[in-house]
Parts: sequence; C-alpha cells; structure tokens
Amino acid sequence: MGENNIVVSYLPLIVMVAVGFVFGLSNVFLAEILGSRRNKTNVKLDTYECGMEPVKTARERFSVKFYLVAMLFIVFDIEIVFMYPWAVKFRELGEIGLVAMLLFMALLFAGFVYVYKKGALTWD
Amino acid sequence: MSVTVLLFGILAVVAVASGISTVMSRNPVASAMSLVLHFFTLAGIYLTLQAQFIAAVQVLVYAGAIMVLVVFMIMLLNVGREEQMRENPGYRTIIGTALGVMLAFQVGKTAFTDVAGRHVLPPGSAVTGTTEALGETLFKMYLFPFEAVSLLLLVAVVGAVILAKRKI
Repeated sequence: MGENNIVVSYLPLIVMVAVGFVFGLSNVFLAEILGSRRNKTNVKLDTYECGMEPVKTARERFSVKFYLVAMLFIVFDIEIVFMYPWAVKFRELGEIGLVAMLLFMALLFAGFVYVYKKGALTWD
Repeated sequence: MSVTVLLFGILAVVAVASGISTVMSRNPVASAMSLVLHFFTLAGIYLTLQAQFIAAVQVLVYAGAIMVLVVFMIMLLNVGREEQMRENPGYRTIIGTALGVMLAFQVGKTAFTDVAGRHVLPPGSAVTGTTEALGETLFKMYLFPFEAVSLLLLVAVVGAVILAKRKI
C-alpha cells in the first residue's frame, strides 16, 4: 500500500474533521456578525437556562459520586476496547482466544459483582 | 514533500500549540479543552505512523473517557482561575527551567543526530497497526500481559470504590 493511498483512504475522516471544525467556528463568528448589536440589555445577556431564571452560580463543588461513576466507566470502557482485537480475529484465534477472553472477562466480572454488591451503582 | 509529511507537519504544529495552550491557560476548563485537541492531533499522528487501532483508542479512551475524569476533577475541586491559588514560584521556576533546558537539549541532540533510515517506516509496518494484526499479537505473543491487564483493571475498580464511596 503506497503512502498516498493511506492518505486517500482517510480522506473522508479528514474532510469530516475539517467540516466539523469550520462549522463550529463559523457558527460562533456568524452569530457575532449577523446578530443584532443593538438592545443588549442585561436580561438578554443573562445565562440562558431553558427559560428559568438563574438562581446561583454553576461553579460549585460537585459530589465525589460523579467521580466514582466516571472511574468505573473508564475501567469497563478499557475492557471493551480489548474486545475489539479479539473480535476481529475471533475465528483464527479459536478456542485459545475464547478461553483467554473468558478469563479476562471473568476477572472483570468479579469486579462488576464487587461494585454491584457494594452498591456503588446506586445513588445514595 | 509527500502528503503524509505535510499532514504530520500540520498535526505536529497543532499538537505543540495545543500542548502549550494546555499549560498556559489560566482557566482550567480551557486547559482541559486544549488537552482534548492535543489528544486528537496525537491520534492523527498515530494514523500517519500506521497505528490505526491506537489512533481510534486514543480518541475513544483518552479524548473521551480520561477527559471526563479530568473535567470531573476540575468540578470536584472547583478550581477557579489560577490567580487565586498562585503562590510564590521561586524554586519552581528554577527547577522547571533546568528541566526544560535538559529536555530541549535531549530533543535537539536526537533531532540532529543522523540515524540512517530513521524517517522510513520499517517494512511491514503498514499492517502491524491494524486491529487484526494487534489481535494476532495480543492473543499469541502477549497473552499473559493481556490477562494481567484484567487483574490491573480489577484493582482499579476496587480502588475506585474504596476511595470514592462514602459508605462501603
């Protein structure tokens, strides 16, 4: 596979990233250009909260419970990532691959059972 | 100049710029967003090195999951603008500058030392980075490290629950 073929095969990806970038930026600048410059009252410049009046700042400390959820998400996210190389070579790897993946999953399933039994998935 | 070199050049410039922006931003959330851009450019650089799977994982795990953790950390600590917590820099500036000079020296030394064929990918590398090739290597040659990873992840699960759960 030639060097340029690789670039060509990723052309849709490059185009998508470029369009997304330009679209996001252009919205910010178009709003600035096309938007009305008059009547900038305090009410209009206020934080928009689905029509509710904002009551206090959003910059406050969050509970550590969010962190626990994020942490557990990452662990099981990485578990799933390891399944991709296995899944594409599933037939060639045969029984050994299956047993290896079952052992991998069993250890993480033990972790899942631990998390479940400790009630880390409930929001108390 | 081939297209790959051009792409690498663009990605490298954006990577360095977003890296500097990560360190220099006064606002921690702006820092975090610069880091996201940095992870994306790293994924692009992995693609130019024929490491397709790593590139996808870089976006999924780092730009996705790890950044969630970083942003949650900013929210948990409620880190304001950096001015509020600045203390006397003093010795930090000296140590930082010294380490920076050392790094620049090392990078420069490596960049200007001529190693034959350094800019050429080894033969067969066009296939080594694919998911299939990775599965082949992971489940044949590196089976034990792969199983050890599950143990490591198990430790991470238990550690997260022990540290972050109020009532265990």
